[in-house]
Amino acid sequence: MIKEFAKKARAGSIDLVEHTRKAIESAQKINEEYKYITELGDAISRAQELQKSAKEGKAKGKLFGVLITAKDAICVQNLESTASSAILKGYKPLYNATVIERCLEEGAIILGKTVQDEFGFGGFCTNVGKGYSKPKNPNDKKRVCGGSSGGAAGITKKADFAHIALAESTGGSIANPASFCGVVGLTPTYGRVSRHGLISYANSLDKIGAMAKTVEDAALLLEIISGADPKDSTSASTPVPEYSEIPGTVQGIKIGVLESAVDERCDNSVRKAVLCAISKLEELGARRINIELPLNSKYALAAYYILALSEASTNLAKFCGIRYGAYDTLNGTYNDYFSRVRSDNFGDEAKRRILLGTFARMAGFRDAFYTQAAKIRTQLIKEYKEAFKKVDVIITPSMPTIAPTFEHVKKLTPLQSYLMDELTCPPNLAGLPHISIPCAEHEGLPIGLQIIGDHFCENKIIQVAKTWSQISK
Amino acid sequence: MKITPELVRSVAQNARLKLTSEEVSKYSKDLADILKHFEVLSEADTKSTEPSFHPIRIINVAREDEAGECIAREEALSLAKHRTQTHFKGPKTQ
Repeated sequence: MIKEFAKKARAGSIDLVEHTRKAIESAQKINEEYKYITELGDAISRAQELQKSAKEGKAKGKLFGVLITAKDAICVQNLESTASSAILKGYKPLYNATVIERCLEEGAIILGKTVQDEFGFGGFCTNVGKGYSKPKNPNDKKRVCGGSSGGAAGITKKADFAHIALAESTGGSIANPASFCGVVGLTPTYGRVSRHGLISYANSLDKIGAMAKTVEDAALLLEIISGADPKDSTSASTPVPEYSEIPGTVQGIKIGVLESAVDERCDNSVRKAVLCAISKLEELGARRINIELPLNSKYALAAYYILALSEASTNLAKFCGIRYGAYDTLNGTYNDYFSRVRSDNFGDEAKRRILLGTFARMAGFRDAFYTQAAKIRTQLIKEYKEAFKKVDVIITPSMPTIAPTFEHVKKLTPLQSYLMDELTCPPNLAGLPHISIPCAEHEGLPIGLQIIGDHFCENKIIQVAKTWSQISK
Repeated sequence: MKITPELVRSVAQNARLKLTSEEVSKYSKDLADILKHFEVLSEADTKSTEPSFHPIRIINVAREDEAGECIAREEALSLAKHRTQTHFKGPKTQ
């Protein structure tokens, strides 16, 4: 538990420099085999600084001496931050993202940056940018980690030191790899956490969240990074509860079970595991209510992709080889130069998504795709809001399958890959908080349970997740 | 709707991407496949629905108009390969 570690470290009963040195050695060893980390920070200097403050009796902070990793899209000052894309190679931010500042204020040590699908464009972490290695599943190296926060989930699972991870979700990039790797992945309400310093995928969908080995640790990190930020006008001023202190109980909790999410489209092992977990929660006092979300089931995935890719194509327009990142020799016209740098450095999936997003916003197509998707989003949020009048949380599997093999993923068409996101896209499109926790294993591979709450009701999903983690021990 | 190679080339030009003929052919097929699936959106009745450009209600938010620290010019230029002492350098306009 991170809280106990930080407490001991503050009291000076842990040699932080030694712990950090061992953690770096361990991370490097893990990395040689599994490829989770793209860049290591200067953790030793930071540990020395903290150790000195502990000796002087000035130690403070909920993450005192704890090692954190940041998904590559989260800017860390002077540490290469590229969203795992070749077009940002060499970019060392001049400033820290707000979430990094908040972790540092609490005494955290930055271990390094974790690999992801380029700009978050993928569900398997196999779409890493040119020059990056694909991370391997910590439970079986022939299988993928899931994406896009694949490196974050992998290192969270394998780390044998005090560690938590900052991850990010646009359409399921926390729940998906958390499920495939077997860790806890907590995605907050849109606006709960500042996006300042995040290399954007889609502004109206991006959410920075937490990954950890336990619900308590993920809740602790969320508690630290949440809250309004003058540097992000979309961050919410809603008060931040002490998420890490929420007790686990489901007495009187009404659990909405989305029937269409546990039908034949789901693998049998996943369906059985999720239904079994729900039964156990019922035994502890939860009430099961079957629900359907027909509009979300029909439209959410398509609406999500149209909006996400439209926003992505505008966000990526700024990468042109002039102010930072990749560059080329300055010849040809502006258009020649921009097109050359972009075409040489964006990966295959990034180009596909830029094309789709540009198309959906073009005159003649915009009303049918982009505007229509934004209108449907209104209806989908309304459908969720109606459901939350009847239930406290909604439970589905996080992913319809266990982690697939690299071989299997290679055979999927782009559309088939997108369709794998059907359980994670709906809550992400509606900006709802959700948590993925391991609920069972099949053939030695983890199955994730996804608990979704209403806007700013992180407390409810945490209390249900905590109950599950207590009974599944 | 038919996704032709000409349409893909035109979209690519708008997006400042230079595609090889193999890429044009591959992306034409992919886009056709994906957009056909996304045409389901046309079945929703949205005549009386306002669009949601964010998932939560966001009212105009502005911070206090106070002077703060900015990144120094030299720092901003330090990340660029092509520059002068005072400016970024870009390719010619013509």
